[in-house]
Amino acid sequence: MGLKIIVLAKQVPDTRNVGKDAMKADGTVNRAALPAIFNPEDLNALEQALRLKEKYKGSTVTVLTMGPGRAADIIREGLFRGADDGYLLTDRAFAGSDTLATSYAISCAVRKIKSFDLILAGRQAIDGDTAQVGPQVAEKLNLPQITYAEEILKAEKGKILVKRRLERGVETVEGPLPCVVTVNGSAAPCRPRAAKLLMKYKHAKTMSEKQSQSEDYIDMSADRPYLNIAEWSVNDVETDDKWLGLAGSPTKVKKIENVVFQAKESKVLSGSDKDIEELMKELILNHTIG
Amino acid sequence: MANFFTDNTDLLFHLQHPLMKKIVALKERDFQDKDKFDYAPMDFEDAMDSYEKVLEIVGEICGDIVAPNAEGVDAEGPKIVNNEVIYAKGTQENLDALVKAGLMGITLPRKYEGLNFPIVPYIMAADIVSRADAGFVNIWGLQDCAETINEFASEDQKERFLPRISNGETAAMDLTEPDAGSDLQAVQLKATYNEKDGKWYLNGVKRFITNGDGHVSLVLARSEAGTTDGRGLSMFIYDRNHKKVTIRRIENKMGIKGSPTCELVFKDAPAELVGQTRMGLIKYVMALMNGARLGIGAQSVGISEAAYREALAYAEERKQFGKTIIEFPAVYELLATMKARLDASRTLLYETSRYVDIYKSYMHISEERQLTKEERADMKYYQRLADFFTPLLKGMTSEYCNQLAYDSLQIHGGSGFMKDYPIERIYRDARITTIYEGTTQLQVVAAIRGVTTGSYLDRIREFEAMTIKPELHGFRRTLIGMTEEYEKAVRQVMEVKDNEYLDFHARRLVEMAGHIIMGYLLLLDTERDDRFRTSTEIYIRMGRSENRARAEYIANCTIDDLGFFKPAQ
Repeated sequence: MGLKIIVLAKQVPDTRNVGKDAMKADGTVNRAALPAIFNPEDLNALEQALRLKEKYKGSTVTVLTMGPGRAADIIREGLFRGADDGYLLTDRAFAGSDTLATSYAISCAVRKIKSFDLILAGRQAIDGDTAQVGPQVAEKLNLPQITYAEEILKAEKGKILVKRRLERGVETVEGPLPCVVTVNGSAAPCRPRAAKLLMKYKHAKTMSEKQSQSEDYIDMSADRPYLNIAEWSVNDVETDDKWLGLAGSPTKVKKIENVVFQAKESKVLSGSDKDIEELMKELILNHTIG
Repeated sequence: MANFFTDNTDLLFHLQHPLMKKIVALKERDFQDKDKFDYAPMDFEDAMDSYEKVLEIVGEICGDIVAPNAEGVDAEGPKIVNNEVIYAKGTQENLDALVKAGLMGITLPRKYEGLNFPIVPYIMAADIVSRADAGFVNIWGLQDCAETINEFASEDQKERFLPRISNGETAAMDLTEPDAGSDLQAVQLKATYNEKDGKWYLNGVKRFITNGDGHVSLVLARSEAGTTDGRGLSMFIYDRNHKKVTIRRIENKMGIKGSPTCELVFKDAPAELVGQTRMGLIKYVMALMNGARLGIGAQSVGISEAAYREALAYAEERKQFGKTIIEFPAVYELLATMKARLDASRTLLYETSRYVDIYKSYMHISEERQLTKEERADMKYYQRLADFFTPLLKGMTSEYCNQLAYDSLQIHGGSGFMKDYPIERIYRDARITTIYEGTTQLQVVAAIRGVTTGSYLDRIREFEAMTIKPELHGFRRTLIGMTEEYEKAVRQVMEVKDNEYLDFHARRLVEMAGHIIMGYLLLLDTERDDRFRTSTEIYIRMGRSENRARAEYIANCTIDDLGFFKPAQ
């Protein structure tokens, strides 16, 4: 009895190795200067999905992403690691979406996919760090959700058993299927791309990619259906325009400030046990450690 | 976050050598697999693109997993638990990642679930893995054994063993014994044929066996009772699943500590004969060793790369007397010379790999159909080059990698002597490369025939005739001068007509040829890409003076002078 698993993944600018061109003068992220990568925690989610696929024969893993045309890379990256197929949700109408509009669009796409047992997503993306899209998708689909998952222990007989990583420990919870699970960065890292899958799927393209590029291998996709990446626009998923893109996004950016840390204050500690204890308390209180 | 393939563009340069067109054509045979396997290439560009992308995976795993694990692996090492070798935690992680990525049967045909890559990208992967952890490459690189099975075993054996290796099982080559090291003809491990069940059984001891507990082992054993030399030896496959081998100990080594070096006791261990009896040493082990020597070449280059990078990073950072130490002539000369030796080593590595690629592909084609007369001649030509270049490569690059590790540690000063910097481990790891798979002295024994038969000279003449830009003609003139000097030195030694005298000067002559050959290879690299000009300049300059010293030594030597060196009778 296999599971149908959807993994929500996002292409993000790599904010982990930020150089001096990372921000524009107006304080927004300079996406051109940062390489576009598979959001790290979404990779953790993908790994959990692939492990379930290995555990439950006949399972399938589908990657769903929303973004510009080049986000097809995310689908391919998923295929190279063992996903079965993917959908790219792309349309100008989605531009400017905040988390609410994004989760609305994704939930519409999930409805369109229709049949699934489990939706997995990373806890949060490294560009916005909101951790909202996964839970909002669950709400919009009226599904239960389990957040901060570190390991999915079981998913069988209509139930899922998940180990969660919380601030001060772990807990194991059970929930019904289908449901949405968001996966924490402390979960197992994603497996590497597999050589044979890479060679098999490297020519997988969306329709737009096939049209816009002078592609040498276009003929192949007729004989090899797995080389066609499904591409959905607004018209392919049933949506209500008022919930989409900028119009559907109540989040308004009021002001962006460049914060430059400058060490001005200093404290002198004696090194006595008392001072050390106080420093520890202070660091725990302001969440520097702990 | 590091990628050891993309952060070193010299690799891509060597991957894109013009001869790859021929290599890919021979390996893929009109792209005959393209409709049979969904991962087979459609054409030359597609194949090259696949090599590059797969090497990117290798580079990523090495940068993100293998290199960060190296220190822990070196400290922990493998152990024996219940007669099984348990790798260090990091070693197992490395192996799991490479198995998951499907990088275990890189050169094997697709019908055995391999990637069917040529030797060049496989050796490049070995170069990258070695930079990350020189000890780990021994375990991963033993997939070489599969290549030997593919060449000499029966179809039935190939079908049973090769897919297992493609899917992640490891291998071992069990050759050395306590009394058979450099002299493998002395191998004693007994293979006995049992008429009743029609099976072979092995009894005896093997020593210094890398990854001795591998799943599939190739064992050299004496199948002909009463014989004492190499003609009584055959090769066998032993499958670990029989559990008839005791792992007596794991050696406590100076370096490459993550690689388990085992002493094995075979007790009535069932084994399968590979190919014909009596051909074990003379044919199969020679092929196995040639593959392994190419592998040590890759390991040496990878270690050199690591040593150079550590030295450069340290020299750019460390300040003394108010400036970074790289600004001092004593340090920048060392560094630039290291880079020149590294570039020379790498270009010889890929040149040799290309020769091996071409002749091996012809060999496999000849199993399917008869080669044309031209093809046979072409195969012979490249096989001869491979035979003479392999010992030259192994000898020169392993010595260079030790020199690089030594110089890199020297640049680190006192810090390099401490365990705090990776160079301390790299220095220890480098040391074995001039010893195993035949010492440098034994490589010279094989390579000297390239000197005496004129094979090196023939190839040098071909290099000399290649078209190069006018601004590079100066380098060629120097190399032509070095060649004249080399010919003269060879003549002086040969005229004495004494084998001991030839052996006495053999290393000097082989190195002279090596300097000229690597000088030409660097020059040809510079013809394709100007980035190698500095290394070419430095290397040829150094080679010229080193050759002059050797020529001068030979010119002032007579056979009677050997008496000064000989042990007292």
